[in-house]
Amino acid sequence: MSLLDYFRGTRKPSASVAKERLQIILAREHSGREEPDYLPALKKEILEVVSKYVSVDLGAIQVNLERDENCEVLELNIALPEHRERDSQKRELVAHD
Amino acid sequence: MAKVIVVTSGKGGVGKTTTSASFATGLAMKGNKTVVIDFDVGLRNLDLIMGCERRVVYDFVNVLNNESTLKQALIKDKHCDNLFVLPASQTRDKDALTEEGVERILNELKKDFDYIVCDSPAGIEKGALMALYFADEALIVTNPEVSSVRDSDRILGILAAKSKRALNGDEPIKEHLVITRYSPKRVELGEMLSIDDVKDLLGIPLIGVIPESESVLSASNSGVPVIHDIDSNSGQAYADVVDRFMGVNLPLRFLNVEKKGLLSRIFGN
Repeated sequence: MSLLDYFRGTRKPSASVAKERLQIILAREHSGREEPDYLPALKKEILEVVSKYVSVDLGAIQVNLERDENCEVLELNIALPEHRERDSQKRELVAHD
Repeated sequence: MAKVIVVTSGKGGVGKTTTSASFATGLAMKGNKTVVIDFDVGLRNLDLIMGCERRVVYDFVNVLNNESTLKQALIKDKHCDNLFVLPASQTRDKDALTEEGVERILNELKKDFDYIVCDSPAGIEKGALMALYFADEALIVTNPEVSSVRDSDRILGILAAKSKRALNGDEPIKEHLVITRYSPKRVELGEMLSIDDVKDLLGIPLIGVIPESESVLSASNSGVPVIHDIDSNSGQAYADVVDRFMGVNLPLRFLNVEKKGLLSRIFGN
């Protein structure tokens, strides 16, 4: 850095911004890497089955896999469209073990 | 036993082919019988960097399809007796590479060569996967820049999950980081990720740092791998990479800004 730059005052160095951004995104991508390969296919097949009975769109299913030290929880969330009948009640599909 | 080394990066334009050419040349100059294979089917370029583009008759895909023998396709390097180039096909598509075919050629090469250097194409498609699939060791070429670092990290994930060693549960591929286009001056100004930053982010051992240098372009202009330019910083840095790969312990070089005079220190450039 030259003396002139010193007196002009300097911006926050962009390299440290780069490092912070990379640390965050790499950590996020690493956690995604743990995801088993079958999840997308599972999601697609469930969607096919559900759409035989109810018209749902592709974004309506969320599949999450959470991992604790000694258990894994596969969470399925299906948002059904609002019922077309006059009272337009919301229906929910409840899954029991 | 022959070693298969993939030179890979994910991102394009970071110096894979430059590194493959100089690294293979350096191994051959140390007396190892070495072959360097261009896996970039459809976008052949290693031949240009090695300066043998006018001597290509048969290519990798010809050998895969039994249209020529391996011996007919291998091009002997002009400068090193121990070095051969197997060029990529310029016309076929990347699906021409099959796992069985590539394995057959690598096994045949292993009988004659000490080192097989695989120059990977950019991306994570078939060609790149085939280049890394059979690897024993990997050179991860990375620029100190966000997209290159992220893509290198992605490639490390693929090496650890989709390579033959990973799928067979064998000892993992030995990974080496090569940082290219490094500019000590820009690092000092806080404009570029430092060596330690890149090492921390990727978490693999560093085998060398190649400084940004005009000699890399002039080497590719003339088709002579930059490691032959023994007066240049980058040529010497590649020679160090080869020595370290062969187990010699060398300190890193060319990491500091060249000293400037008092006047330029005060007024800048």
